[in-house]
Amino acid sequence: MTPSERLDATFAALADPTRRAILARLAEGEATVAELTLPFAMSQPAISKHLKVLERAGLIITTESGQRRPRTIEAAPLAEANAWLEHYRQLWERRYSALDDLLVQLQTNTPPKSKRKRH
Amino acid sequence: MTTAILNTAANVSLPSDTEVRVLRDFKAPRTLVWDAHTKPELVRRWMLGPPGWSMPVCDMDVRPGGKYRWRWRSDENGAEFGFFGEFREVDAPARMVHAEHYDPGTMTPDMDTSAPAIIHTTFSEQNGVTTLELVMKFASKEIRDTAVATGMTDGMEMGYKRLDTLFADEHAG
Repeated sequence: MTPSERLDATFAALADPTRRAILARLAEGEATVAELTLPFAMSQPAISKHLKVLERAGLIITTESGQRRPRTIEAAPLAEANAWLEHYRQLWERRYSALDDLLVQLQTNTPPKSKRKRH
Repeated sequence: MTTAILNTAANVSLPSDTEVRVLRDFKAPRTLVWDAHTKPELVRRWMLGPPGWSMPVCDMDVRPGGKYRWRWRSDENGAEFGFFGEFREVDAPARMVHAEHYDPGTMTPDMDTSAPAIIHTTFSEQNGVTTLELVMKFASKEIRDTAVATGMTDGMEMGYKRLDTLFADEHAG
């Protein structure tokens, strides 16, 4: 997978509410398929299907622990996806923070104050 | 210090493969937020380029079919880039739709700039707080991803890098 394909896989995996809920559960600690099936009104095969998508996207891994095969969350792809959007968000936030200041000035007619330092 | 209101930090999401959505609250009446988006002398005070860039061109004829042109210039080396396009719908102070073309200026374009992005901006006000919603629809997923990745460089002086090269270091084959 190229890096952009990997990002695609991450976002595609995150596009489903059940998969996001599974990740939220795994963020609290490892869990087996049976444990992950419990909170959902879904069959175990349906949950397994979602787990496969998450695993292909590299968002979770299956570990061996005796008889149990719990899934654990993989933080790196999520962090990468977040970083990608986060930098874009910061670009807008830099502008909107300047707009906040402008709106304050327009409403109070006070001279500009440069209280915020952005980077 | 701003007091506690909801989205005082920009909220960015990807509603579909080709869209980006930005939500942000402002503690001001929407007529004022509208003015800040439609009056060139106000727009240039907040529509910042990368750090160290100024906005020498900000022409806007805000009416259906009216054109606009924005350009930023590097104080350091005079490099320029910008956006231009036209307003398709203007419904003050609630909503506007505009088409946006990337203008590579003196930069090397690294994306298909033939099809514009269509940007829907809505302004809604409640209890003195204006919520701004920006939905940008790009012609393709690739163009959207490039546009988002561009924000990542936070300095277009670096050029419009592809996502692939941005992450190339981490990708060990």
